[in-house]
Formats: sequence, C-alpha cells, structure tokens
Amino acid sequence: MSPDYCVDIGFLPLLDSAVLVAAREKNFAEAEGLDLALVREHSWASIRDRLAVGHFQAAHMLGPMPIAFNLGLAPLAKHTIAPMALGLGGNAVTVSRNLWAAMKDNGASGGFDPASAGVALGKVIAAQSGAGRPRFAVVHPHSGHNYELRYWLAACGIDPDKDVEIVIVPPPLMPDALASGQIEGYCVGEPYNSASAIAGTGRIITTKSMIWRSSPEKVLGVSTNWAEANPDALDRLLRALYRAAQWCGVTSNHEELASLLARPDYIGCPPEWLLPALSGQIWTGDGEVIAMDDFFVPHAKAATFPWKSHALWFYSQMVRWGQVEASPHNEAVARDSYRPDLYRSALGSIGAALPGANAKVEGALTAAVPVGSAGASLVLGPDGFFDGKVFDPDRVTDYLGR
Amino acid sequence: MSHSTLRILIIDENRIRAAIIEEGLREAGHGEVAVLHDMTGIARRIAEIDPDVIVIDLENPNRDMLESMFQLSRAVKRPIAMFVDRSDSASIEAAIDAGVSAYVIDGLQKHRVKPILDMAISRFNAFSRMARELEEARSELENRRLVERAKGILMKSRGLSEEEAYALLRKTAMNQNRKIVEIAQSLVTTVGLLGPGDKS
Repeated sequence: MSPDYCVDIGFLPLLDSAVLVAAREKNFAEAEGLDLALVREHSWASIRDRLAVGHFQAAHMLGPMPIAFNLGLAPLAKHTIAPMALGLGGNAVTVSRNLWAAMKDNGASGGFDPASAGVALGKVIAAQSGAGRPRFAVVHPHSGHNYELRYWLAACGIDPDKDVEIVIVPPPLMPDALASGQIEGYCVGEPYNSASAIAGTGRIITTKSMIWRSSPEKVLGVSTNWAEANPDALDRLLRALYRAAQWCGVTSNHEELASLLARPDYIGCPPEWLLPALSGQIWTGDGEVIAMDDFFVPHAKAATFPWKSHALWFYSQMVRWGQVEASPHNEAVARDSYRPDLYRSALGSIGAALPGANAKVEGALTAAVPVGSAGASLVLGPDGFFDGKVFDPDRVTDYLGR
Repeated sequence: MSHSTLRILIIDENRIRAAIIEEGLREAGHGEVAVLHDMTGIARRIAEIDPDVIVIDLENPNRDMLESMFQLSRAVKRPIAMFVDRSDSASIEAAIDAGVSAYVIDGLQKHRVKPILDMAISRFNAFSRMARELEEARSELENRRLVERAKGILMKSRGLSEEEAYALLRKTAMNQNRKIVEIAQSLVTTVGLLGPGDKS
C-alpha cells in the first residue's frame, strides 16, 4: 500500500527521539498512511536550517527552540510550532570524578538531591576562588538543559554567569569532553549521562526530574507553513506519535525499544546505555543504582501535551538570562508557539487523555492527582520545583520579580 | 565598508574539501584565506584570524557552539549573522542543499559576500560529485571483480568456457529479474559458505 503522505523528520541521536523511532519502526506511522523518513542530524543548527529550506517538515527539537525561532533569536529560522511534546524529563547533571570527590569532601550526599549537591558545589567553588571557575557544558543556549542547570545553580546561591563558565558542546561529545578534562560537568539528555556513569568517568549528581518534576524537554517542532497547508497529514502524524508514545510507556517494551534506539542509524550506542533512563534504574557512576520512577516519562501524565505553561516558563528563563526583552508581545509569541489546540483536534477522536486546560500552575501539585480530562483518565504531577517555587503562567512578570 | 581584502576562514574536518574551497577562493583573488581542520581552541583561533566570513560544512557538530560564541561575541569583535541577507532564499537553499553554511560579519555588503558564498557552494557541489563518482567507480570495479570470480567458479566447477560461464550468469539474472552482479554475489557467497574451493 503506498503512503498518503511522506514526512521527513530530522532528529539528533538522543534517547528522547524514542517516540519518533517507535512511530516508524513499530508501524504506527504506516498505519496512518505516512511514510516517515527519519534523518539523523549533527547539530540543532542543522535541524533549524534544513527545516527552514523545507528539507524537513518537522523535527525533534529542544522545547525552547520554536519559541526562540519565533522571537527572532535564531539566524535563518522560519516560523515553527510545537503541537506536541516528546516526553517529560530525561536529562541529568554529570560531573567529573575530581569535582565529585571535592563535592563529597564538602558534604554532598550520596543520592541525586539537587539541594545537597548545589550546597557542596558552592563550597567547592568558594574554596577554589582564584583557581578558575568550573566549566560546565550544555547543548544549546536555548535548551531546557541550559535553563535547568542555571535554575538549579542560582537556587543554590551559585551565579551561573560569574561563579561557573557555561559552554556549548554537542551531546554525543559530552562524555569525551568530560573524560579528557575539557569540562568539569555537563547537563545533557540521555544516554550521555549514563555513558559516563557506566564508564566510571563521571558521577551523575542530580537529574532534571529532581530539579523540576514532570518538566518539559523535547517537542515536535513543525514548520508552520507545512502544518497550515497539510492539516490532515499533521493530524495523522500526531496520532501516530501519540500511539508510539503509548507503546514507549509500556515497561515490557523497553528492551525492544533500547535495541531499536541502539542501532547505528539511530543513536548508535550500546543498549546498556539506554536501559537506565527507560527502566528508571539510574547508575550513579559510583557503582550504585538509584531507582527513580519518573526520570523519563514518554506517555503517562500527559507527557506529550504541549502545555502553554511550559512554553511560558521557557520564555521566563530567556528573559531571566538576558536572551530576550520582557514584553507582552514577546510573551504572546512564546505562548502561541505551543499549540495544544492542534493536539486536541488531532487526538480527540482516538480517545486520548486530554487535560481540561491548556496551561497549569507549575509546582502546584505535590503529589500525583487524578484530574478532569476528556477521553482516557489522566493523572498529573507531582510537578514541583526543588526549591518550592511556583510558576503561575498568568503572572510571568511577578515570577520574574519585575 | 572598508576596501581591504576580506579575511575568510574555512572550517572543515575534511581536508580535501577544505583544500578545494581554499584553492577556489585563492584563484578568485581572495588572498587572505585561513583553514582550520579541528575545533581545538577554536575561540582563540577565530579571535586571532578575525575573519569577515566563516565557511563551515553543514554537518559539523560544533555549529551550535560556534553560533553561541558569535552571539556572546567576546571572542570575535563584531556580531556575526548567518549569511548576509535573510531574504536571499535562493542562495540559502543552494548552500544548504550543497551542505555548506556560512557566517558573515554584520554589516558586510551583499555584493562582497555573494561571490564567496557562490564559490563555496559550487566547490562543495563539485566535491560531492567527485566523491560520488569515486564511489561509483569503486563499486563498478568491485562489481567487475565479483563477476570475474563467479565466472571462475562456474568455469572450474562446471567445466565451462569463459563465454559460456558469462552467458549462464546472464541467463540466470534475466530469469530471476535480477542484476548479473547480484547473481555473481550470491554464487560467490554460497561457495564461500560451502567451504574450501574458490580462493581466488
């Protein structure tokens, strides 16, 4: 049977490309009449460029990227929307053996507690003053990684611009950069934390899910022009991805998913690097394993819903770190970049769990709570920030203290 | 803008391609061309070279790092925008199709940059064509070797002449609606699996 639509999608070799890979390999795309071509790319810049000239119609993207594009912060970008997220969580912060040893001497606890790790890191930096700032790497200035690393540091009294240096390194090169001493730590998506932990060259000190539970990471970025010209193809794509996310969320599928993702045309790594994030059994790098049930969430808790409150939190961090001016116009651009309306219209017909609202107060749920929804029943949360702060998407200006 | 020559930096891990672009730019009269093959100490090197135009292959994984460096712009004196004119979509498409990206000092006039970009695009295309032709020639040679080996196997095992062996391969290929080289490959693989015999 020949497909009704061909869709070319760019991705980077990261665990959270899982939903895209499953949509193709487990035939969810085919069932929707789509020929999904997945093209592995080398940088977010390349994904942006190839989306701009129409080589791709959609792409695996950092959550803040469509917002940055639409705010004019990226060269060459065309207007892009996020009608779906590709999961929650999935990142961690990893440091070198040396830095970890110094942090332990300064009271870091053995687990992944961000507060304890932050206090210890602050003491190490204070003791080293003059000896150069520790250099941390993130994958992109407009990334969840950059914002969560900065959020965590700042909440622990460490100035991300003065007390440490933050540089950009491509995800697959992080473990080598750490092992060779070019950087002392990094915040990146899986499998590149587990890679260092399993090799024993790094220690995972905290996770995205500990800094902000149920927090947004990658989205499906779609060319606005293509989405408007091909509403039926977009609906089918979202349905295929939703079903793929459901499949990714089933524990008994994780081994198969790990072996799919490990293939050289996808991530190209040992399957053992992928299993920690999928199983929630995270290697620390000290020979122990810590169980976390929400390290990476591909489907449960409305993990693929493109919350406007997530878009607005990313925007608040762009303002906080001086990437963009605060203005009602910019705030509206950010809010409109995420399109839960398209998610609802594509998925309502298949009984997907649809939340009652398009935005929520982030950090309001301290426990898992069943919420009102259309379609399948839905449990949200806990979604708290580790420092207890709350983000109200209707009061961004207050949140920024301006 | 100044009348002085533009300084051009080529960043490409592929040394052959970098040399081809460098040569093209020099032939076109651009005297100040620098080439970097690896990213070690890139910020310092860029600050030293102080380029007006940077040409880089699209597949370089460090483009996100470079772009962020340009945006922070401490290493380079002036902010750098990608290409010179966002509205020149034909050039942009041609560049991305060819697999090349460029960063240009803000404020540089279009007519000064366009010839450099066009040169980079045509040399990238020429390189891809060359690489493709080389690959085709290689597989052509490989195919010919396979057919020779298959013929040898048939001549030895069935006592055929060279022409008869080739005719048999061709007939089998036609009957199975496959290429001669595929039949040859199957035969060579099968004989290999069956153990000692043809070691040519």
